Amino acid sequence: MYGFEALTFNIHGGYLEAIVRGYRSGLLTAADYNNLCQCETLDDIKMHLSATEYGSYLQNEPSPLHTTTIVEKCTLKLVDEYKHMLAQATEPLSTFLEYITYGHMIDNVVLIVTGTLHERDVQELLEKCHPLGMFDSIATLAVAQNMRELYRLVLVDTPLAPYFSECITSEDLDDMNIEIMRNTLYKAYLEDFYRFCKTLGGATAEIMSDLLAFEADRRAVNITINSIGTELTRDDRRKLYSNFGLLYPYGHEELAVCEDIDQVRAAMEKYPPYQSIFSKLSYGESQMLDKAFYEEEVKRLCLAFEQQFHYGVFFAYMRLREQEIRNLMWISECVAQNQKSRVHDSVVFIF
Amino acid sequence: MEYIDRLPAMDLMRSEKMMLVQLIIPVESAHRAVSYLGELGLLQFRDLNDDKSPFQRTFVNQVKRCAEMSRKLRFIKEQIHKAGLTPSPSPAPQPDIDLEELEIQLEEHEHGLIEMNANSEKLQQTYNELLEFKMVLQKAGDFLLSTGSHVATQETELAENIHVNDDYAETSSLLEQEMLPGPSNQTGVRFISGIICKSKVLRFERMLFRTTRGNMLFNQAPTDDQILDPATNELVEKIVFVVFFSGEQARVKILKICEAFGANCYPVAEDTIRRRQITREVLSHLSDLETTLEAGLRHRDKALISIGFHLAKWMNMVRREKAVYDTLNMLNFDVTKKCLVGEGWCPIFAKTKIQEALQRATTDSNSQVGVIFHVMHSVESPPTYFKTNHLTNAYQEIVDAYGVAKYQEANPAVYTIITFPFLFAVMFGDWGHGICLLLGALFLIAREKKLGSQKLGSFMEMLFGGRYVLLLMSLFSIYCGLIYNEFFSVPFHIFGNSAYRCRDTTCSDSRSVGLVKYQDTYPFGVDPSWRGSRSELPFLNSLKMKMSILFGIAQMNLGIILSYFNARYFGNSLDIKYQFVPQMIFLNSLFGYLSLLIIIKWCSGSQADLYHVMIYMFLSPFEDLGENKLFWGQNVLQVILLLLAVIAVPWMLFPKPFILKRLHTERFQGRSYTALGTSDIYDDEEPDSAREPHLEEFNFSEVFVHQMIHSIEFVLGAVSNTASYLRLWALSLAHSELSTVFYEKVLLLAWGYDNLVIRLVGLAVFSFATAFILLMMETLSAFLHALRLHWVEFQNKFYSGDGYKFRPFSFAALNEDED
Repeated sequence: MYGFEALTFNIHGGYLEAIVRGYRSGLLTAADYNNLCQCETLDDIKMHLSATEYGSYLQNEPSPLHTTTIVEKCTLKLVDEYKHMLAQATEPLSTFLEYITYGHMIDNVVLIVTGTLHERDVQELLEKCHPLGMFDSIATLAVAQNMRELYRLVLVDTPLAPYFSECITSEDLDDMNIEIMRNTLYKAYLEDFYRFCKTLGGATAEIMSDLLAFEADRRAVNITINSIGTELTRDDRRKLYSNFGLLYPYGHEELAVCEDIDQVRAAMEKYPPYQSIFSKLSYGESQMLDKAFYEEEVKRLCLAFEQQFHYGVFFAYMRLREQEIRNLMWISECVAQNQKSRVHDSVVFIF
Repeated sequence: MEYIDRLPAMDLMRSEKMMLVQLIIPVESAHRAVSYLGELGLLQFRDLNDDKSPFQRTFVNQVKRCAEMSRKLRFIKEQIHKAGLTPSPSPAPQPDIDLEELEIQLEEHEHGLIEMNANSEKLQQTYNELLEFKMVLQKAGDFLLSTGSHVATQETELAENIHVNDDYAETSSLLEQEMLPGPSNQTGVRFISGIICKSKVLRFERMLFRTTRGNMLFNQAPTDDQILDPATNELVEKIVFVVFFSGEQARVKILKICEAFGANCYPVAEDTIRRRQITREVLSHLSDLETTLEAGLRHRDKALISIGFHLAKWMNMVRREKAVYDTLNMLNFDVTKKCLVGEGWCPIFAKTKIQEALQRATTDSNSQVGVIFHVMHSVESPPTYFKTNHLTNAYQEIVDAYGVAKYQEANPAVYTIITFPFLFAVMFGDWGHGICLLLGALFLIAREKKLGSQKLGSFMEMLFGGRYVLLLMSLFSIYCGLIYNEFFSVPFHIFGNSAYRCRDTTCSDSRSVGLVKYQDTYPFGVDPSWRGSRSELPFLNSLKMKMSILFGIAQMNLGIILSYFNARYFGNSLDIKYQFVPQMIFLNSLFGYLSLLIIIKWCSGSQADLYHVMIYMFLSPFEDLGENKLFWGQNVLQVILLLLAVIAVPWMLFPKPFILKRLHTERFQGRSYTALGTSDIYDDEEPDSAREPHLEEFNFSEVFVHQMIHSIEFVLGAVSNTASYLRLWALSLAHSELSTVFYEKVLLLAWGYDNLVIRLVGLAVFSFATAFILLMMETLSAFLHALRLHWVEFQNKFYSGDGYKFRPFSFAALNEDED
C-alpha cells in the first residue's frame, strides 16, 4: 500500500476527507478574530458568531450569555461533527478517530479522580468533563480509592486499560501520583497512537508521526518545566517522556537533568525546529512558551491539509477546532472581565 | 436595419433598465421609509458599510433586540408544538401593536411560560418518581416474596413499621427517605432496590459484580411499559432491580454506583403488609398529582392558545423589523448626522412608485424634511432584472442556472420557452406518453393554488416549479408523437389510410418489398405502414438524423444572430464585423451547405450520398461528384464555400485584437497627464461608491489569447456542436425502441396466453415499465439533454451570463425565504 494511497484511499476515506475539508473551511479566519477582538460585550460575540457556522448553535441562547455557554455550544458543534464523522467512518479510520479522543478521556479520568479526592460533587465534575472524552462508566470513577481499584473497577472496560499497566500500584491516590498517572497514561497513549499510525503506513504515517512527535516533545518540555523544583527525581522524570519524537533519546537525557528554564532552553535550542520557538522568548521566561508552542502546532496542523489521501487531516481538524474553541473562550473571558488589552495574549490565529 | 429598430420592444428580451439612485433620508423618517420600500420591493440597497463588522453598525442594538425577540418567539412556538397544539391565526382582527409593546409582551409571555414549565416540571418529576416507586414496589415485591419469607422477623419489626408509617402519612417526605436499605434479617443479607434504564443494566450488573467481588445477588424485571425518566423527561424502557448483598462497605459502594449510573433507588419494605400500605400511599399521591398536573397543563394550554392566535403575525412582524434594521445598517450617516444616505439599484419604471412611497413615509412620520431621491451616474454594471410570470419564470430559472445574464444582454429564455420543450419532444416523441405527461402537468396546474401555499418535498417542489415547462413539454411531445406516429410505440391511422398497399393478396406479413405506393403520401407524419417493416429503422434513422442536423444548424444560427443583436445593442461594430460575419460565413458555408443538401435531397428524392459529398468537399474539392451530384453548379459552389470558410478563420482571429490595440493607444495617446485632473473630482465621493471609475490596463497578449481561444472554440465547436445535435436522433431512437420492447415483448407476449393471471402480470409489468422507465427516467434524460443543447450548443454562441441578479429589499421575498 505504501505510496499508493491515491489509488484506493477514496474508496473508504474520500467522502469523509471531503467532509473534513469542508468543516475546515468553516474555521474562523483572522478577519473573524479581528472582529471578535473588538467586541464590547458577549452579545456582540454571539452576534458575530451567528454569522459563522456556530450560528445555529447559539441562536436559541437567551441573553445575557455566559462564557461557559459559548464554549459549551461551540464544543457541542465539534462533538456533533466528530460523531457524524465517526458514524460514517469504516476501519481503520474509525479506530483512528477514536484514538483522537483518548487524550480527552485521560484528562477526564484525572479530572474526576482529582475532584473526588477534593470531595467535589460528581455531577458538577461531570459537567466539566470534555464531552469527547466521555465513556459510560465515567461517574463510577468516584468509587475507586487507589490505582488498582481504579483499574479493576472502571478503566478495564475503557480503551485506556492497556495504558494502565505502568501505573498499577496500591498506593492511595494523591495529587502527585495522579499527575504522574496522567503523564504516564499520556505517554503510553501517545506511543500507542504513534505505533498505530505507523502501521497505517503511507502519508498518514508520515504526517501523523511528525505531528505526534511534536506533541510528545512539547509534553516533554512541559513536564520538565512543571517538575522543576518538585520532589520528582530525574529518573522518574525521564520515565514520563514518550519514547519517540525529535528529542528522543539524547534530548531527553538533557531535559531530565535540567534545573531551571534556561537549561531547558539550552537543551532545546540544539534542535532547529524548536530554536525558532525559544528564540521568541526572552531569557528566564516561560509564560509565553505555551502560546509559542500552540502557534507552532497550529502551523503544522494547517500544513497537514496540504496533502491529500491521509488521515492526518482528521487529527489536524479536531486539534484546530479545539484551538479555536480555546481562542473563543479566551476572547469571551477577556470581554466578560473587561480585560480587552490582554485579548491578544493567548489568541492563536489559525488562518 | 431601421425595421429592426422599429420593432416593438420585447420585455423579456432585455433585462429591465436599471438606475443607481441615492436616497438621503432624515433620521426620523428613515425607519418608515425603508419599511415602505420593503413593502414595495423594488429597490436593492447597496451595502455602504462593507468594511464594518456587524456589531459596529448603527442599528446593531435594534437588530439584537429583534434577534432576541425572534428567539423568544421560537421558544414559544416550540412550546406550542410540544404541547401538540397548532397555532392558528385568530378569527377576530387584532389591534396593531408596536415593537416596544411586543417586546414587553413577549418578555411576559416567555417568563410566564418558563415559570409554568418549571412548576409543571417539578410536579412531573415528582410524579415520575412516584411512578417509578410504584413499579419498584410491584416488581421488587414479587422478588421478595419469592426469595422466601421472613416470618420470624416480621413480628419483631411490626412496631418499628408503625412508627415509620406515621412518617409517611404525615409528610411528603416519602422520597427523601429513599435509599433506605431493607432491614437486615438473620443472615445479615441486606438489599437495595431501584430502577434503571434498560440500556445500562448490563454494565450496571457487571460493575456491581466487580465491586462486590461477586458477593451479591442481582435480580431484575422489566417494567410493563415505557416510563418518563424523572431526570431527562424522556420516554425510556426501564428495569427494576433488587440487589442483595452484605456488609456496610458494600452498601456505600453500591449506592455510589447507583448514583453514577443514574439508577434511582427506592426503599421497599420487606414485609408485605407495610409494602401494601406504602403502595396505597403512593397510589393516592399519584392520583393527587395527576389532577394537579392536568390542571397545570390545561392552564398552560390555554395560555399557549391565546398566544398562538398572534404568533404568526408577531413572527412576521419581528422578521420584517429585523430586515428593516438590517437594511438601515447598510446606510451611511451623512456629515451632519441628521440624515442617512443610502444607495441602491432600482428599475427605471419603478421610479415614481418609489418616490410615492418615500413621499408617503415623509408625511406619515411628520418629518419636516422630505426624502431626497436622485439618480446617479454609475460605472459598475447594474443588476439584471427580468419581469417574469408563472410561465416564463421556470424558463428564466433554467437559463439562470447556467449564469445570470449580463445587464441588458439578449436573454436566451425568450427562445428557450419554445425551443426547450420542442427539443425535448424531439427526443420524447410519443403521443401516448405525451398525454400521460400532460395529465400530470394539468393536475399540477389545476391545483396550483393549493400546492403553491403548502410545503412540498424537494422532488415535488422541483416538479411543481417546472409545471409549465412540463405542460409545454407534454404538448410538444404529443405533437412530435403524432409526427412519429407513435402511441406507446403503436402506429395509428389517424390521418387517413396508409399510402402503401400490398402488391397482391399473398403478402400478409407487410414487408416493404411487397408494398407499393398506390395513393398520395400520408398527409401528416410518418406513414403507419413503416412500423414493423424491414426498412423501418433505416428510414426513421435517416429521417431523424437529418432532422436533428437541421434543427441544430437552425438553432446555432439563431445563437449567432442573437450575438449580432447584442453587438448592435451595445454599439459594438467590431464584434459585428470581425466576429458575427465570419462566424455566420464559416458555419453556413460548411454546415449550412449540408442542410441545404439535405433539403434538396428530400425534395428531389435523389440517392446521392451526402457523407461522400461532404468528405470529398474537403479532400478533393475539384473532383467531379459523379452520381452524387444534386444540382447544377454544385462543384463551383463547393469550392467557393470552402474558400469562404478558410478565409473566415483568420478573419475572426486576427483583426479584432489588433484593432482593439490601435483604438486603445489612440485613446490614451498624449493623455497620460489628464488622469490626475479627473481623479480629483472623485476624491470627495464616498470611497465605495459605484461611481468610482476603474481604468483598465490594456494587455495585448491577453486579448489576443482570449480571441484565439474564442475562435478555435468556435471553429472546432461548429463541428462538434453539430455532431452534438445528433443526440436528438439517438435519444429519440432509444425512446421509441424501448417502448417497442415493452409493448411487444411484455404486453403482447403476455396477451398471447389465454390466461388471466399472465395477462394481468404482463399488464402490470408493462405499466410499471412505462411509468418508471419511460415516463420518469426517459423524461429526465431527455430533459437533461435538451438542457445541455441549450446551455452549451445554443448559449455559447452569444451569451456571456456574467451578470448578477437584482435582489430587491422586499418583505414578500423575506417570507418566502423563511418558509
